[in-house]
Amino acid sequence: MSSEAQAVSSEISEAPVAAPETKSMSIIVTKGSLDWAYPPFILATTAAAMGLPVTMFFTFYGLPLLLKKLDLQLTAAGNPAMKMPMMGAHMGLPNILTAIPGVDAACSKMMKNLMNKKGVASIEDLRELAIEADVRMIACQMTMDLFEYSLDDMIEGPELGGAATYIECATQADINLFI
Amino acid sequence: MADHTLDAKGLNCPLPILKARKALKEVPAGGTLEILATDPGAVADFQAFCRQTGNELVEHSQDDSVYRFLIRHTAA
Repeated sequence: MSSEAQAVSSEISEAPVAAPETKSMSIIVTKGSLDWAYPPFILATTAAAMGLPVTMFFTFYGLPLLLKKLDLQLTAAGNPAMKMPMMGAHMGLPNILTAIPGVDAACSKMMKNLMNKKGVASIEDLRELAIEADVRMIACQMTMDLFEYSLDDMIEGPELGGAATYIECATQADINLFI
Repeated sequence: MADHTLDAKGLNCPLPILKARKALKEVPAGGTLEILATDPGAVADFQAFCRQTGNELVEHSQDDSVYRFLIRHTAA
């Protein structure tokens, strides 16, 4: 092989596109609450650790997960499955109480304390690990426009793209998730 | 005796795997990494991790609530 051809092939092997025998994964991230932020970041970091090239496409309420400063909240409203361990039992919150100002903030704080106690990583940490692991992040241009964000508001690393950018990636990926 | 030891006790999914992946990069080819964890899910997860990445899970054992895994760095 000529040195020029070798240079080209080494460039190809470094491209984020997976080699045929390597499995790859893409995730569409559509939700930005504290609880919904976990599955995409857990799966992306783990897949990357297992050698899969991973692409995350952040759209609609998932897009703010790329903001420099995160202050993720959750809401108990309409979520009958959200029962926190408390004094030996599991306590849920009736919908009507979730409308009281401060209740969501208190629930979010409780959840974060619980996660910390149980050794669950923060979303900030998982996001950092995803970047370290070269997870490709695409910020949906339409959502950026819709919610009036600019790349300056976001952490360093994400590229801008739209549906076609994602579809091209998805056609090459073995696993495509919508979360 | 392992070449490197990773203390992942008290950490929950997916941190033991993510930290093991990082630690494995520091282990020379053919060397071994010992991981200590308390996450019961790590038992199935380290087996899956090794099958997928081609690293060898030499042994795993349990001492009270601490799981011990020994992985040989056999993959890139």
